[in-house]
Amino acid sequence: MAKAFDIIIIGGSAGSVQVISQIIHELPAVLPVPVVIVLHRLKNVASEMSKILSAQTNKVIVEPDDKDPIKNSFIYLAPQNYHLLIESDFTFSLDYSEVVQYSRPSIDVTFESAAKVYGKKAFAVLLSGGNKDGTNGIGAVIVRGGKAIVQHPDSALYPAMPSAAIASNKGIPTLYPEQIIEYLNKNLNPSR
Amino acid sequence: MSRVIELTDQELTEVLQLINQLYGYDFTGYASASMHRRVYRFMHASGLNTYDDLRYNLSEQKATFEHFLEFISVNVTEMFRDPEFFKTIKEEVFPRLATYPLIRIWHAGCATGEEVFSMAILLKEAGLLERTRIYATDINPVNIEKAKKGIMTLQVIKDYTANYIKSGGSKDFSGYYTALYNNALISKELRENILFSQHNLVTDQVFNEFQLVCCRNVMIYFNKGLQNKVLHLLHDSLAPLGYLALGPKESLLFTDIADRFEVISPAFKIFRRNQ
Ligand SMILES: C[S@@+](CC[C@H](N)C(=O)[O-])C[C@H]1O[C@@H](n2cnc3c(N)ncnc32)[C@H](O)[C@@H]1O
Repeated sequence: MAKAFDIIIIGGSAGSVQVISQIIHELPAVLPVPVVIVLHRLKNVASEMSKILSAQTNKVIVEPDDKDPIKNSFIYLAPQNYHLLIESDFTFSLDYSEVVQYSRPSIDVTFESAAKVYGKKAFAVLLSGGNKDGTNGIGAVIVRGGKAIVQHPDSALYPAMPSAAIASNKGIPTLYPEQIIEYLNKNLNPSR
Repeated sequence: MSRVIELTDQELTEVLQLINQLYGYDFTGYASASMHRRVYRFMHASGLNTYDDLRYNLSEQKATFEHFLEFISVNVTEMFRDPEFFKTIKEEVFPRLATYPLIRIWHAGCATGEEVFSMAILLKEAGLLERTRIYATDINPVNIEKAKKGIMTLQVIKDYTANYIKSGGSKDFSGYYTALYNNALISKELRENILFSQHNLVTDQVFNEFQLVCCRNVMIYFNKGLQNKVLHLLHDSLAPLGYLALGPKESLLFTDIADRFEVISPAFKIFRRNQ
């Protein structure tokens, strides 16, 4: 059976780590698609985030190296201090260029890149955060026919990021974390 | 909203071929996702909305190309980026370098020099700077000119000081520069043994033999084929048992010369050339 999407991209900033953990924890043990997480975090500190997330979710979360192939069932976390891009041959490229929306990694950069490569088959989720990163990326996913949802601002510790995306992308579904999980699971298990 | 129309893959290839023909800079082996972004940003900043505008302006005006080069060569950098990398170099590599009477180091893709000044500080603290010759090169002549001046804004110094401390530095960082208005001038003593010059990793040759080559966050801009080719150049520039340092997310494992290196630090991508 054809999958509803070929990649899940998740963006979050301040107040999103808990929600990301919760979502990843509740996803099926074996995923039919790759998951790419872009999370704003401190630069130049030894990166423990992938370990922390792995421990909290009982799943292995890896920071890709440049040109690593994107594999189904893998959960990737954008490395600190790089933008994470996707090439048309389904490999990652890292990019150390100027910050976008004060951020590197920037959610916009990864979402726009995924939108280009995956088109209709991209599924984007934007979570809590204190700035406007992600808004343009969500727009790019929608323009290319992909699907996008945002965390309901009422449930976000920092609602600015989802609110900005809602303001610029009329009619985008806003879901509470439990609903996001339910939605993903429904679409990842076509039999249900 | 911008009216710039993004190039197709085919158009991008044609533009890069045109540039190679007209100006002798070969970007055709650069990774496409990032190159598309750079070109888009360039078109946006230059008010060139279409492929035809871009082609026309690149062919007619050398100034357009010079501006283009500025956009393509991403010169973002900082001092002591990835502090623990520098700590590892100090602990794992310096003791070996210290056994040579004359040490040669090459920073390939040095941008505006911040990484090189960081290395010079560590060498100085280890008592090795006086017998080290550092060659620092970049494709972009504007970067090289800036690096030679050794001037940065005071604004960034606070971050750099924090990075320096995280790398294990214990001296007073302000001793390494002089403040002038809003700028910091890197002290002359640190810059004396550094030779900055232009060098293109894609088209230029081996020019010396080194005990340590740093090529960090440069090959991420290349596609796999070009990465492989450039790694041969870096390998051939190393003395036997010389060290190669890449960026923390750059791997040489998939290249056809992986077995000619020993892995020294998997986390910081430090390798050692075999005998
Ligand atoms: C992101 S900077 C990295 C600077 C520094 N090594 C660091 O990690 O902070 C990349 C640099 O590579 C240079 N570069 C790009 N292509 C090059 C080439 N073909 N040959 C030499 N340098 C190149 C760019 O001009 C730029 O200064």
